[in-house]
Order: sequence, then structure tokens, then C-alpha cells
Amino acid sequence: MKILVCISQVPDTSTKVVLKDNSTTIENAGVSYIINPYDEWYALIRAIELKESGIASDVDLVTVGKANTEPVIRKALALGGDKAIRIDAESTDPYLTAVYIAEYAKSMDYDLILCGKESIDYNNGSVGSMLAELLDMDYIGFATEIKIEGNTAVVKREIEGGEETDSCKFPLVISCQKGVAEARIANMRGIMAARTRPLTVITPTVDDALTSILSYELPPAKAGVRLIDPADMDELVELLHAEAKVI
Amino acid sequence: MSVIVFVEHDAGTIKKKNFEAVHYASGIAQKMGTTVTAVILGIVDNAEIEKLGAYGAQKVLHVEDSRLGELHPRAYTSALLTAIEKEGGKIIITLNDINGRAVAPRVAAKLKAGLVVGALTYPDMDKGFVIKKAVYSGKAFAYVNITSDKKVIMLMPNTFPITETTGKTVIEKLVVDFSGKDFGIKVNEVSKVTGEVSLSDASLVVSGGRGMKGRENWYLIEDLAKELGAATACSRPVSDADWRPHHEHVGQTGGTIRPDLYIAVGISGAIQHLAGVNGSKTIVVINKDPEAPFFKAANYGVVGDAMEVLPRLTEAVKKFKQHK
Repeated sequence: MKILVCISQVPDTSTKVVLKDNSTTIENAGVSYIINPYDEWYALIRAIELKESGIASDVDLVTVGKANTEPVIRKALALGGDKAIRIDAESTDPYLTAVYIAEYAKSMDYDLILCGKESIDYNNGSVGSMLAELLDMDYIGFATEIKIEGNTAVVKREIEGGEETDSCKFPLVISCQKGVAEARIANMRGIMAARTRPLTVITPTVDDALTSILSYELPPAKAGVRLIDPADMDELVELLHAEAKVI
Repeated sequence: MSVIVFVEHDAGTIKKKNFEAVHYASGIAQKMGTTVTAVILGIVDNAEIEKLGAYGAQKVLHVEDSRLGELHPRAYTSALLTAIEKEGGKIIITLNDINGRAVAPRVAAKLKAGLVVGALTYPDMDKGFVIKKAVYSGKAFAYVNITSDKKVIMLMPNTFPITETTGKTVIEKLVVDFSGKDFGIKVNEVSKVTGEVSLSDASLVVSGGRGMKGRENWYLIEDLAKELGAATACSRPVSDADWRPHHEHVGQTGGTIRPDLYIAVGISGAIQHLAGVNGSKTIVVINKDPEAPFFKAANYGVVGDAMEVLPRLTEAVKKFKQHK
């Protein structure tokens, strides 16, 4: 059984967003980059667990990004995975990202494609679902548990107002969130091994982006907190009713 | 070429956020001088579907197939594509929620339509087709221009206030030619949370952090939530420690919510947590540490011990409701 894990490079969660160039760009100087937490903690680690338990034969990693994403790919390889593919393009539009991954994956006979539920920078959560459409596969989103029984994935997933357990035959795409696996830290052996694992760079067939970001904006600063006497919660309730008009 | 809106329902009941999606579609249709066609799937009474007229749907296409009571992304996609083709639709609206995310990207990929996930504004058509959305889980906003002919917009729930009108709708049955592949996912078991307000739909949320000291104190959060009719949430350390289930975790690596009121109790307000909640209209912070960074992001603050303040607040809400 062959697994492909989609990896995205994102700014560290502690990043404070700073705008530049007349608010058309987010400043990247001083920003440290990490593997998107959903891709790493859940999708990648679950794939590695399936390999360790002998269920998966191959675990490949794919990312869409320029050469500056390679340190993050090496970090992912240090956790596990047999080889990595970097598709040499800017990942700016979810459709383009999905098209590029699909172009690579369509001839590779992956049984299972795992991704995180969304990237923590653009929060679109749409590449997995698009990829399934482009590859004519089923898609299960927001998974919290993934088991494999023969050629079938048995997946617990979040639904509106609850959860359900689904089963679906390979091939399929699953987006992962908390519960799918426990985060782990790369050990020295993994870090050493990652240096020798193959990282292939491929050039995609250029397609048109369907969206573009014109500018950014920061949230307005709060006017300042109004402190309420902890002994007088009636006042708070009154303010929430009469001033904030939320109750 | 009407604006198409995908309307979800919960076992036959249409929720407020779905009326909001229709209302949003109607706003766009009016700008463009066209009408709204809603698409609803599964078993729903006509009386329920007719409610959509009051929010601006001139027509509803109803795919009455009991299999669609479960989420089958491919079948939903086939149904929407059939409706889009029938109506010549170029603009498709869904919500940015679990069902929307399973369907809208598929439809967008199939139609080669530009997609905006989590729209916060109507499209600005003077500058192209520009929509504001949150990025970095709310740390910033981006103005995204859709450049393709066909467009898919996933609206962030609880963004626009809605009002009923006297509008009426016409219901038409839509027959969809499903293939075997459309139902490739077998649903084995479903467990719905009942009796609680669901977090993503809630307009009021009470949330607890490490300052609650342990799961045994959570009844204080729940009592207040119950009195307010609010949903409960928590910070990441709380869900990591298994004091609360992980679907309650809000923040940059949990859920992003935008309620009218967010009451944060014993949460210091790390940047990662703020990212998931700073779209809330009003924020109340209760924390015994006056230096907690969360106070900077709050509208109202209470410096005090949660164990003492919470019962007092619950009592005050109870009193307020009696005199209202």
C-alpha cells in the first residue's frame, strides 16, 4: 500500500503578522517556518505509523514550493517517509496547488493521500477535496481516526454536530485533524537519515491561477478593555445587554 | 444565470446559518440584477423549504433522495453540478463549514472556478470580484480577487445579520443521474451530540483555559453556558490534557469561531489562541492575573478568581433573564 502525504510550509504559530509594500505583502523577514501542524502532527505521523506497523509499503511526501521550502521538507523526512517530491512553483492559489499535485500523483498509483485539515496560513482547507475531484477519488474530510482493513480505510470523522465512522475502498484522499495520531519529535537517527533520503524536484506544467490576493489588512485594534468589579457581575450583564447588545 | 446557493439542513430542519447563506446569495444577485436558485438535498418538507423564500431564494431545486441525508461529497457535487448546468449558474455560494468544505472545492475544481473560503464581505465588483477573508486564522485579512469566469464563494457563518422578507419561492424537483461512484463512502455509524449548542453555530460561547485548574471545575463553565444558551469551548492545553474533548479546542490549530460573545475564563490569551477567536464581536476576559495578554484583546475584563466570579456571573444572568 502506497501513501502520499501533502506537506505545506507555513509560518510558525507564534508569528506576528507585519505588512509591507503598501499592505500587498506579508513581511517574511524574521519569520521562522514550520511544517503545517495538521500535515505534520496528524497526516505525516499517521502515515509513518502505518509504515512502521507494516501496513504501508511506501510513504512519499509532496510539497508545492520554491527552493526555500527545502529545509522544512528535510524536517518532515527526518520524522519519516521514504522520499520527497518538491513541485517547483509558488503555492498561491488552492486550485493551482491541487492541479500540480494531481499532475504528479495521477500516474503514481497511490492508495491513500493524506493531508492536514487546512494550512494555518491561508485556512482554505480545500486542496485535499480538489485533489480528490481532479484524481477522481473519494474524499473524507476532518478525520479524527484512520484504520486500514485490507483495501479499505475505516475513518472516524467530524460531521456537523457530531461524528461518524465511514469506510471507503482505496484510493481516497483524507484530511486529518487532532486524534488521527500523536505528535512526535524527530530523533538524531531520523535527522541523519533524512540527509540521504531522495528529494526530487519536478517542474509542473504551468496553469493559470484562478484567484489572486490584492492586499492585506490587520484587524482593528480594540479600543481598550473596560474593567468590571469582580463583585458586581450585574453590571457586566447589563453592559452586555445595553451596550454590547449581545444578550 | 442565477446565483446558486447550496442549502444544508439538519435532518429536515434548516438552520439560521443556511438562511444566512441564502441572504448572502440574494445580496449578490441583486447587485448583478439576477435571481437566486437554492439547491437542497435529501428529505425535507415543502413547508420547511418554502422558508427560503423569505431570505431571497426565488426558486429552490430539491433533490429528493433519501441517500443524501448522509454526507456523500461526490453525490452532493453531482447534484450541485446538475443544478448549476440547468440554471447556467456562474456564481455558487456555500458555507465555510464541514459540508461546505467537502463539496465546494470539488465543484470549484470541476468547473475551474476560483474559490474563496470564508468570505466576510460581498464581492467588490468595482475592483474585479474582490472578497475579504481572514488569513493566519484571523491574525490578518486578505482581499482576494477571483479572476475566473465561474466563481465559488464559501461564506463564513455568522457574518451578516439576516431579516425575513415577504418573498416567496417556487419549489422544483430536480432529478440527478447519480453514478455508483457517488456513494463510494459507506457510513457505518453516526453519533450526534444532542442537547448542547454546537460550537460552530453558536452566537454565544463560554470558554475555559488552564486557569480552571481541572476538569472537575468545568461545571462552572457549563452552568454559565446553560444559563446563557451558549456553547462551551476551551484552549489547547485543556484539550491536550483531555479535560475537554478536542472538538472544543479553539485557536490557530483548533477551530476558528466568530460568535457575538466570547467569554474567556482562565485563558491567558496566547497569540495562537487569539487567532481562533478574535473575530468575536464582543470579548469578555475573566482572569486573576491582571497582566494576562488577553485583556488587551478584550472589550470587558474582570480581574478575579474564576471559581468565585463564575457563580456570581451565572446568578446575574439568571436574575437578568427573570426581569427581562
